[in-house]
Amino acid sequence: MTQATDIPGRKPDGAWAHLLHVLRENPVTMLSFGMFAFFLLQAFFGALIVPHDPLATNAANALQPPNWTHWFGTDSLGRDVFSRVVVATRLDLTISVLAVAISFVIGSVLGAIAGYWGGWIDAVLNRVLDTIMAFPLFVLAMGIVAALGNTVENIIYATALINIPFYARLVRAEVNIRREAGFALAARLSGNSHFRTLAFHIFPNALPPMMVQVSLNMGWAILNAAGLSFIGLGVRPPTPEWGIMVAEGANYIISGHWWVALFPGLWLMLAVFTFNLMGDGLRDIVDPRRRT
Amino acid sequence: MLNIRDFAVSFRTRRGEVQAVRGISLDLSEGETLGIVGESGSGKSVTSYALMRILDAGGRIKAGSAVFDGRDLAQAAERDMQAIRGREISMIFQNPRAALNPIRKVGHQLEDVLRRHGRATRADARAKAIEALEAVRIRDAEARYDAYPFELSGGMCQRVVFAIALACGPRLLIADEPTTGLDITTQKAVMDLVRDLTRARGMSSILITHDLGLAAEYCDRLAVMKDGQIVETGPAAALFADPQHSYTRKLVDATPRAGAGLRDLLPLEARTPLADHVPGDRALVQVRDLVKTYPGKSGPVHAVKGISFTIREGQSVGLVGESGCGKSTTSSMLVRLLDRTSGDILFEGLDIADIPADRFVRDKRRSQIQMVFQDATDSLNPRHSARQTIADPILRMSDLRGTALQTRIEELATLCGLPLPLLDRFPHQLSGGQKARVGIARAIALDPKFLILDEPTAALDVSIQAVVLNLLADLRARLGMTYLFVSHDLNVVRLLCDHVIVMQGGEIVEQGPAAQVMDTPSHPYTRTLLAAAPKPPTTNTTTQAAKSAAE
Repeated sequence: MTQATDIPGRKPDGAWAHLLHVLRENPVTMLSFGMFAFFLLQAFFGALIVPHDPLATNAANALQPPNWTHWFGTDSLGRDVFSRVVVATRLDLTISVLAVAISFVIGSVLGAIAGYWGGWIDAVLNRVLDTIMAFPLFVLAMGIVAALGNTVENIIYATALINIPFYARLVRAEVNIRREAGFALAARLSGNSHFRTLAFHIFPNALPPMMVQVSLNMGWAILNAAGLSFIGLGVRPPTPEWGIMVAEGANYIISGHWWVALFPGLWLMLAVFTFNLMGDGLRDIVDPRRRT
Repeated sequence: MLNIRDFAVSFRTRRGEVQAVRGISLDLSEGETLGIVGESGSGKSVTSYALMRILDAGGRIKAGSAVFDGRDLAQAAERDMQAIRGREISMIFQNPRAALNPIRKVGHQLEDVLRRHGRATRADARAKAIEALEAVRIRDAEARYDAYPFELSGGMCQRVVFAIALACGPRLLIADEPTTGLDITTQKAVMDLVRDLTRARGMSSILITHDLGLAAEYCDRLAVMKDGQIVETGPAAALFADPQHSYTRKLVDATPRAGAGLRDLLPLEARTPLADHVPGDRALVQVRDLVKTYPGKSGPVHAVKGISFTIREGQSVGLVGESGCGKSTTSSMLVRLLDRTSGDILFEGLDIADIPADRFVRDKRRSQIQMVFQDATDSLNPRHSARQTIADPILRMSDLRGTALQTRIEELATLCGLPLPLLDRFPHQLSGGQKARVGIARAIALDPKFLILDEPTAALDVSIQAVVLNLLADLRARLGMTYLFVSHDLNVVRLLCDHVIVMQGGEIVEQGPAAQVMDTPSHPYTRTLLAAAPKPPTTNTTTQAAKSAAE
């Protein structure tokens, strides 16, 4: 039995107060949300605030080390690395958010159905997921992009597909343990159909662990998209994208022009780092039990 | 032997420091059995954890001393505590299955303890372990040595835990709710064993429990705890006969016992006359040859083997039996969550067993047959507030919306004694009793005719149980509902029910009017059940009444 919180007149925290509390309680969460806001700002307003045109070439100004005009230096075609790094944020975040959203939705639906009804649906789904996971995931994504064509949409679909098994399995397990829970039975007695019981009573309880998965997945998705671009699949030059920029810069590291690859790589690393740190905070925010 | 003085324990939490134990003093002499009785949140378990120095993170001993054999447990170094734990003081916990390692044979777990403390060598460990199992009266100990915890029943597991606790010959045993969750006959067997063995070895013991009746039966002396303080200590019989503190009196009153009516469980000032309820003559529910068989790996499992009974309109029927007797399966079939294998369930004369459980949701009789679940915590959606929970059946099965809906919710909350400001709380922000009220309000939201109560008070404190039982009796009188009360506790069933059905192994062994079954049981199993229930000493109601009159 849990403790009684019988303080008359004290209202439970609202969502906003809860969010503030979660942020204040854990400095790591605070840091990660701050960094996330930093990346969001770049994604929304990056193109407006950068000092140079990310696509403008200037051969006379090529391979300049970082200085006051070009904070992150310039690349082999004389383009401003700082502007390109900032502008690339939008594309990289879009790819990862959309990919994760698609895999979240499809994975949740498949996993919830398998977890709730079980039986042959469950068995079939599990074997299909096993098959997907039996491939090296990055190679599978490469294959899909190569087969479907070299476009941003196809990177999104490929990234989404390789992440579906993670969501489906997690949701399946979370739904399965709650299928016979008292509140699920009570929902049936209250006149909820199986669908309503699953969608409105059981599934929302799987959200906290899902949030951890979402945030980790965002990091993977960015790495995956950058990785595909790095090997020349997906986003094509001269579009600014972290993976391509690292790939281009890699050729110049040996000749001492380290800044061309370092800064896009640093942004990529920071983005992945941010998403990995956000997981616990997101979980605490969507878990009503954390509201005391 | 153990002298506790001004002992205080506090926890750091999100909203400041919480004092769990506020300066208690206790003495335990050699060979004595002390019972610490209190309701949840009284600090009784925290006291025992603090004595063993196994408090959770954030908890610490603020003040006081606990001198055991000349050493102060509150100040002792961790290294010294390691020597004391197990060898001098042992502890057994509430959930025996959780206390055992699920992937190791119980015999090996016993050997670990014996060898760790130098009580056995590699050569004779097995023999000593079997000897220890035999000591706790485990039959066929040789075979049980190789069993994994999941292969043993709850009572067996508790015996193994007890054997481990006794392995190093401790001088003090702390038992924290050792039989909560066990069947009543198993409870008696385990408690008898604990009493006999501690007595035979001259050990002292502390029994921590919420069950005043159990403590009275097995302890020499009781200490009643409330809000981190000891309000009263004394021999059990004296405590029952003449409780000094108002809280002790409330606890004594709330403990179901022979000769007490429903209202007698409440504090004196709350004893309003109980409204009469007269069962009608018309049959509401008729069960005929109901059978449920599950396919199992080693042949079919017969959970319910053809039972028949009738529940008349307005009647309250108790369905009694121990775990695995088929009472839950029966109630699931009646409430139409589970399909039967064969047999009929007639509701108002019409067969509802033919409608598959999956389709009964859309039947208009869905709202007429409702259920209150055993575990109030488990039966409330953690993401829904009390208001949303109560609204759910109304939204699904009636046309009430908007203000009318809110009015109805508040009416139901008032009816069930749930303060209106609590309606917007989530389950984890409510106490056990409040959660039970939310569950009851949801079940009666659509004025059902037939309500199945699946051990609705099993997880509640006795004083809350008393209030909830009375609430159920009042609701029955006001709304004219028919109850099927599923329970393992005969004392509780006697209070609320007119008619009792006793089940064992999927069959009905005895049924009849409550008074007849309780007072003159005809079946030996009913007699065993009745004998196993703890019998609190009879209270001296006359002196109590005289006392309150004098006040």
